[in-house]
Amino acid sequence: MATVEENPLSEALERLPVHPTTLVIFGATGDLAHRKLLPALYNLAHEGALPERFNLIGSARREMSDDAFRETARDSIRRFSRTPPHEPVLTALLSDIRYVSGTFDDPAIYDKLSRIATEFDAQAALPLNRVFYLSTAPGFFPVIVSSLGASGLDHTEGAEVRVVIEKPFGTDLETALVLNRAVLSVFDEPQVYRIDHYLGKETVQNMLAFRFANGMFEPLWNRNFIDYVQITAAEDIGIGSRAGYYEKAGAFRDLVQNHMLQLLTLLCMEPPVTFSADEVRGEKVKVLHAIHTPTAEEVPDLAVRGQYGPGLYAGEPVPGYREEEDVPADSTTETYAALRLEVDNWRWAGVPFYLRTGKRLARKVTEIAVTLKPVPHLAFAQEGSVGVRPNQLVLTVQPNEGVSLSLGAKIPGTRMRIRPVNMEFLYGTSFMSQSPEAYERLILDAMRGEATLFTRDDEVEAQWRICDPVLSAWAQTPGPLPQYPAGSAGPAEAGGLLRGDAHWRSL
Amino acid sequence: MSAGSFSADPVLSDDVWREQDTEPSAIESALRELLKRRHAEKASFVPARVCNLVVVVDRAWRGEVQNRLERVGRYHPSRTILCAVEAGRTSLDAWATMSAEPTEGDICLAHEHVEIEIGPSHLPHLDTIVDPLLVTDLSTVVWSPHGHDEAVDSLVAHAQVVLLDSVDDPDIERALARSTSLADRAYVVDLAWLRSTPWRERISASFDPRPLRPLLRSISGVTIRHHPDSAAAALLLVGWLATRLGWEVGTATRHGDRWHAKAHARRQDVAIGLEPAPEQSVRGLAGVTIETAGGMSLSLDRGAGGLRAVRRDRAGRLQEWTILGASRGEAGILGEGVRQALLRDFTYRPALAAASAMAG
Repeated sequence: MATVEENPLSEALERLPVHPTTLVIFGATGDLAHRKLLPALYNLAHEGALPERFNLIGSARREMSDDAFRETARDSIRRFSRTPPHEPVLTALLSDIRYVSGTFDDPAIYDKLSRIATEFDAQAALPLNRVFYLSTAPGFFPVIVSSLGASGLDHTEGAEVRVVIEKPFGTDLETALVLNRAVLSVFDEPQVYRIDHYLGKETVQNMLAFRFANGMFEPLWNRNFIDYVQITAAEDIGIGSRAGYYEKAGAFRDLVQNHMLQLLTLLCMEPPVTFSADEVRGEKVKVLHAIHTPTAEEVPDLAVRGQYGPGLYAGEPVPGYREEEDVPADSTTETYAALRLEVDNWRWAGVPFYLRTGKRLARKVTEIAVTLKPVPHLAFAQEGSVGVRPNQLVLTVQPNEGVSLSLGAKIPGTRMRIRPVNMEFLYGTSFMSQSPEAYERLILDAMRGEATLFTRDDEVEAQWRICDPVLSAWAQTPGPLPQYPAGSAGPAEAGGLLRGDAHWRSL
Repeated sequence: MSAGSFSADPVLSDDVWREQDTEPSAIESALRELLKRRHAEKASFVPARVCNLVVVVDRAWRGEVQNRLERVGRYHPSRTILCAVEAGRTSLDAWATMSAEPTEGDICLAHEHVEIEIGPSHLPHLDTIVDPLLVTDLSTVVWSPHGHDEAVDSLVAHAQVVLLDSVDDPDIERALARSTSLADRAYVVDLAWLRSTPWRERISASFDPRPLRPLLRSISGVTIRHHPDSAAAALLLVGWLATRLGWEVGTATRHGDRWHAKAHARRQDVAIGLEPAPEQSVRGLAGVTIETAGGMSLSLDRGAGGLRAVRRDRAGRLQEWTILGASRGEAGILGEGVRQALLRDFTYRPALAAASAMAG
């Protein structure tokens, strides 16, 4: 039996206790809060996963009463919750919700937040943990963080204070360093939870299980057996109404710097000693440090960008990027980015990693394809069939999460002819449960103080160190960008990144 | 034996195979044929492969059990084999179907459902009928909500998991003894235990803040209010507290439908009381009160939107709040039972042993 101080009642429970918490959402009237955060909180409440005492405070510029915010939150939850709301739970969740309006540089809102949080502590007769969720435009992160420090909200006696910071964490290395300095001048790193919601996805987490719970792959997982790796994050849709954001970000900042490098590190990292936050993140950072930082001269050889032009989607004509609403006609923002990286360490030296992402491509798919080296000697005749192909292991993150392995098999008949066949595992066939939304997992982890699925300061800086030279080089040569028709596999120039027998997997 | 036939069932709008006076090999062959046909219709059609669920029911009550199975929602087993027992029957009639809900652009995930009408004489050797129909290498769960212990005993060697509900049998001692006996041979998922999960989580959370953890050592009284049929669930909850906190439990005494027992903690005795709550309409627990030697008490009771918590400190000051959570309902409990078949909870058996010791 564990000692009482360790709470023996929590052993073997699926839902471990979470310390009573007050959650403050900055940017509470924004799109993310309405579509994701508030519905995620409802689902956690529905499942009984929130702390036994939980208080919610919203803060934003817009003037609004507590009651008006309650109704706005209720409406958002009804519209976007993955679970149809159970009205008594919804009412109970929102019964004591508070709203603090004001500009984020106004000390008065922090005084008010402090008063309300103290009131909640008094109601509970217990110091509650405090989690500040920064769901605002990134420009407000420094002022909110410094104001929290100035008003003494960065710590509380007898409980924990944490700050959750939404992406993007910087727009280049310099801004990321500045932001890290600003955040860490107020909070200690263990108090900081930088969100990359990709890590909250079950299928991304499953990569850790796939690699470290199956002995059969580890002997192959190195330069001796792997020829090359492709990581694809393709979307078939355009930018919709997000021109304002996308014009500033582009495909590279939107997906490569964060999500795709996360996939790469999970694929390449060494087995951690334990699955504690710092062990896992430490191994991921080692991978990032092992990636060669490209020089400006190397960028044209290592990276390709493109922009979608008019084309067809589902048989219907769709506009090109520059014809999209609110996009300047001379925009040089990339909607496609492809990159060749190498991880210069004992395990991976010489194995190229090809990353590509884009909007308005032929198909929506996020996958990692690991191509093994061909067999050393081929005794079979190749004529009369497509022949033997190197084995390929494909980890699909979305939409049909699973793993497939291509194998060579004999075609039935009197001759020994070979063709590739697929052995497939589909995640959905073996686990019927509905995966929680990434934000549910991440909010709960932040309240619990579990940081494994959040990006550490050195990790985000290491990501930018790899990406910065590419973005700088592209900024110096703004255009014209290679064009690709909407609904295609991307610009032809991307083929130039490939080495040896490699080819892009068809979309 | 009549020849099996496939037909387009207008109600299910799925392929349905049925045959009277059939045998297991014919049913197994029909399942393979159903898969081939559905896959030929739609290449994205794939069978779910989660677990086999074997259900043994009285034929007269099969509809009620079928309704429960249909409402388990997202935790649906992948192949369900329902054996409906009919008095006097000596031959097997069966039907089988694969149902799937196509989703645009996604895989089309299918569940297989087999129903076999059997007679009482089949029960002692039910394994010889069911075994050929199990998907190899998947966990097999056996659930027999209407008794038929001989069928479960026959199947347990082929099953990894037995799903049961300790509150089904009004004889609590016998129910707990049966659970113990089965737990020696397979992993037991007890729905009575699962109904107590939110209570265990909430009790644990209530004492989890560091300043409150030492209070666990000074618990002096536990009172559990339960549905009149659910004393076994209440005993299991006390058994859990006792084993997690290192109490030595004594045999309970019964006064009508109330139970009283005493446990010895390291520092003091713990008075245990179980009280029926006739106002509760669903099986399971209605409330829990935990008292400490220092005069603190915590009560958790079902309420709107979750559990209503009331804490009284040693000075008599009251705090009240709601611990949020939606009831899962009986269908949700069964679905959770199927899901738990894929997990392992090592705290159930010690709790069951303590509950049995109290029941005497």
